Amino acid sequence: MAPRVGVVLFPGSNCELDVLEAVRLLGGEGEILWHGDDALGGVDAVVVPGGFAHGDYLRPGAIARFSPVMGAVTKFAADGGPVVGICNGFQVLTEAGLLPGALQKNRGLKFVCGPAQLRVESDQSVLTSGVKSGTLLEVPINHFEGNYTCSPETLAQLRDEDRIVLRYVRNPNGSMDDIAGITNGGRNVVGLMPHPERATSELLGSTDGLLLLQSLLQAASGRVAA
Amino acid sequence: MLFSVQVEVRLREGIADPQGATIERSLPQLGFDGVQGVRVGKLIRFDVEAVDEAAARAEVTDLCARFLTNPVIEDSEIAVRAAAGSER
Repeated sequence: MAPRVGVVLFPGSNCELDVLEAVRLLGGEGEILWHGDDALGGVDAVVVPGGFAHGDYLRPGAIARFSPVMGAVTKFAADGGPVVGICNGFQVLTEAGLLPGALQKNRGLKFVCGPAQLRVESDQSVLTSGVKSGTLLEVPINHFEGNYTCSPETLAQLRDEDRIVLRYVRNPNGSMDDIAGITNGGRNVVGLMPHPERATSELLGSTDGLLLLQSLLQAASGRVAA
Repeated sequence: MLFSVQVEVRLREGIADPQGATIERSLPQLGFDGVQGVRVGKLIRFDVEAVDEAAARAEVTDLCARFLTNPVIEDSEIAVRAAAGSER
């Protein structure tokens, strides 16, 4: 049975269809999860996509975190379910406390948009399990608030526990320790600023995003079998 | 009783403030040479119903911690005063 991936739709999300398309390209089933529903309909993985959930009012992710669906996502994550937050989705996951730290405005107030070289730093996460550590990937970035920051204690913990899963080769936004993506202690929740769903075809300039999303589908398949 | 509340949300000490820095850098061009330490934050105003000022302040403090600020990068200063005509 094909794994089912739920993609959360908030008012203001704008990358949900790209994620669905990528999931289907890889042989998975994708479906939209409306933010106002408090159940996930039995999906095997959840993606919180990019965009401007609730207009990014107050702070990116600040209001999205109170959407009814987030209670179900939090429970799913606590139960070991694979959850990936992309760009605005990463901001939502930090605000919801599923991942530590925060995403600040980019260094120099610079909106960044273009391909970014990433280095996979750990293959121990639901998004990177199929990619060897040290692999270089090209995946687009597109954000104003992607400058990852956290306390020195949190940074030390992320490093010690091998939870920085992706780093920028050339830091585009001032992000602490060149962080592009991190995982939680259970390694089943990942947040990243780059958009793997936009690197899924040679026509788009790169297919490297498929390697990441394939790992997520693999993790989702594990839930189907279980 | 009704209380008027102003919450100033600001970036914590030591957190880079690119907006403030950009404003500060542009000021000398306008002839304002003596301005320093520019920081940009947000001011949020609202009214809150509570039995007394202490209760109002406690509620707003909780509201700030759980919603209006992200404690990783922000803190807040809260001003509470009886709303005009609230005693009637």
